[in-house]
Amino acid sequence: MPVLTYREALNQALREELERDPNVLLIGEDIGAFEGAYKVTAGLLSTFGPKRVRDTPIAEEGFVGAGVGAAMVGLRPVIEIMTINFILVAMDQIVNNAAKMHHMFGGAVSVPLVIRAPGGGGHQLAAQHSQSLEVWFAHVPGLKVLAPATPADAKGLLKTAIRDDNPVMFIENLALYNTRGEVPAGEHLVPIGRADVKRAGRDVTIVAHSRMTLLALEAAERLARDGISAEVVDLRSLRPLDRATVVASVRRTNRAVLVEEGWPTFGVTAELAATISSEAFDDLDAPVERVGGAEVPMPYAKVLERRAMPSVDDIVRAVYRTRGRA
Amino acid sequence: MELKARVPTHREVAFRPEDREELHRLYHQMLLIRRFEERVAEMYTRARVGGYTHLNIGEEATVVGSAAALEPTDYLINSYREHGHVLARGTDPGRVMAELFGKETGVVRGRGGSMHLFDLERRFLGGYAIVGSHLPLAVGVALAIDYRNGREVVMCAFGEGATNIGAFHESMNLAKLWRLPIVFLCTNNQYAMGAAVHQDSAVVEIYRKACAYDMRAQRVDGMDVLGVREACREAVRIARDERQPSFIEALSYRFRGHSMADPARYRTQEEVQAWVARDPVVTFRRRLEEADLIAAEEAELLADRVEREVNAAIDFAERSPDPDPVDLFADVYAGGGD
Repeated sequence: MPVLTYREALNQALREELERDPNVLLIGEDIGAFEGAYKVTAGLLSTFGPKRVRDTPIAEEGFVGAGVGAAMVGLRPVIEIMTINFILVAMDQIVNNAAKMHHMFGGAVSVPLVIRAPGGGGHQLAAQHSQSLEVWFAHVPGLKVLAPATPADAKGLLKTAIRDDNPVMFIENLALYNTRGEVPAGEHLVPIGRADVKRAGRDVTIVAHSRMTLLALEAAERLARDGISAEVVDLRSLRPLDRATVVASVRRTNRAVLVEEGWPTFGVTAELAATISSEAFDDLDAPVERVGGAEVPMPYAKVLERRAMPSVDDIVRAVYRTRGRA
Repeated sequence: MELKARVPTHREVAFRPEDREELHRLYHQMLLIRRFEERVAEMYTRARVGGYTHLNIGEEATVVGSAAALEPTDYLINSYREHGHVLARGTDPGRVMAELFGKETGVVRGRGGSMHLFDLERRFLGGYAIVGSHLPLAVGVALAIDYRNGREVVMCAFGEGATNIGAFHESMNLAKLWRLPIVFLCTNNQYAMGAAVHQDSAVVEIYRKACAYDMRAQRVDGMDVLGVREACREAVRIARDERQPSFIEALSYRFRGHSMADPARYRTQEEVQAWVARDPVVTFRRRLEEADLIAAEEAELLADRVEREVNAAIDFAERSPDPDPVDLFADVYAGGGD
């Protein structure tokens, strides 16, 4: 199987879907000749032309809304937001328009739209360029929210998202773009709403999404050396959320460590903890542990930034806490 | 009493005898909207209609004149003050009233109410309740038309209050930059809730804002249905044939408050009376009568017909079933699922 970077996998998905369906078009800042701030759209302008790879001014509310409008009348726009931090000025279009329209108009119209945006920290980009905001969207009925961790899932989920008739938030992560993995060539579709057990284990369940899945796998590797068998569940999709897979795993391992890069207060891990509490309470041998980003605006200095982000050490320590050792 | 906004003098649009039927149609629509809205107000006070309810009373000439400039294949997208616009598009008044009553037979099956009417068949793409938020949507619909090399035009209607929000400026820029077939129709009814134009906008002649985007713009008398129709026809032609957006400011006035909950104490009686003296429905009927284009009996027949239509709409709404709570979660997602 071909090995691609996460970036190349996304590019391949976009290229295949542009070839497959003439209603698919890309919209975003500097996605054409510049090939995207993170080069995800490399080479697409020369193949598909400026009509299907449409550069926009710096006007997120305007062009996200335009994507919603185009989707209402049957196009399938894929919008790139340069970083998720810029999406806040377009929240009205996403939450008040895209998410609500199908229901608010009695099912008369749908919004087949994908909004791609990388989040995450770790590049000394400071407070306004290092956020993980996926829970903002996962909160909203009407949106689907995906956050793949691997190149294969990135390709397969993006292709599925483009074919979905609903607005889909597709959350990438800056630190994943150069990661590598095997990616099936050609038609490869990953269903929305299904978590994936990335590593099977018996003693503890670690649940994560996006880049935190890679940290969880690293933690599991380290724990294995200590004789602890950790199962790693990669959520892949936050809304719909595959609660069943998480609960089934916790029922087998009897311990849960929940990880997210963003602030944990009211976060993904809070939602998962509530689910486990109501559906697997009797199976737990220890309180659920949560690992998340420090609740501060992301600082610039490397030493501070590193301290503010969840690490493999943090996950390992959380696993030990579930075993009564700090 | 001087009107706060100076109404432009424009040449009177000459009647032509062959227009008689069309003129009656316009008058009928204006009267229908007037009577429909009066009865909505009544139904609101009788608690048949809930939520926020914003009426088009006073704005009928702008509503009907602009819709008359569109082909059935063109799109219209609106703010939340849109009952009249959807009626002018030809949507059944019964289904509109049923929506206001929150009934399953309403245009959006009781899910939207007054502010979220929608009729895809008549290319009415909705009422939106966040001021200015539908302008980017209009850009997108026009983008899709352009993408497919279509001949349709998008008319995007909003109030002058929307011209102070960022989405307005982003949309104007995108429309002009991408040469999209849009007509931006600003109904300047003089007040954004309780704020008069000069209190909110650094530029009180709203149409001048379009010059920032090098966009063709015009101010018209929004109380004159034929003047509005003529201005909109030209803007629609330019959008369709020249692929250029335009901006039209129609000077108008809402005779009632911002919503049913607003007694409009921020306006003087003198000001209101000065505008009511220019009532677009009364004025148009008088013009038709003076030109011998409508007989007194014809006008009475039309009024009777409107009365029957609105009564029938209310009856339909009253008799219609509520939505079934079992369907609460239906249509959150296209294709089902949660």
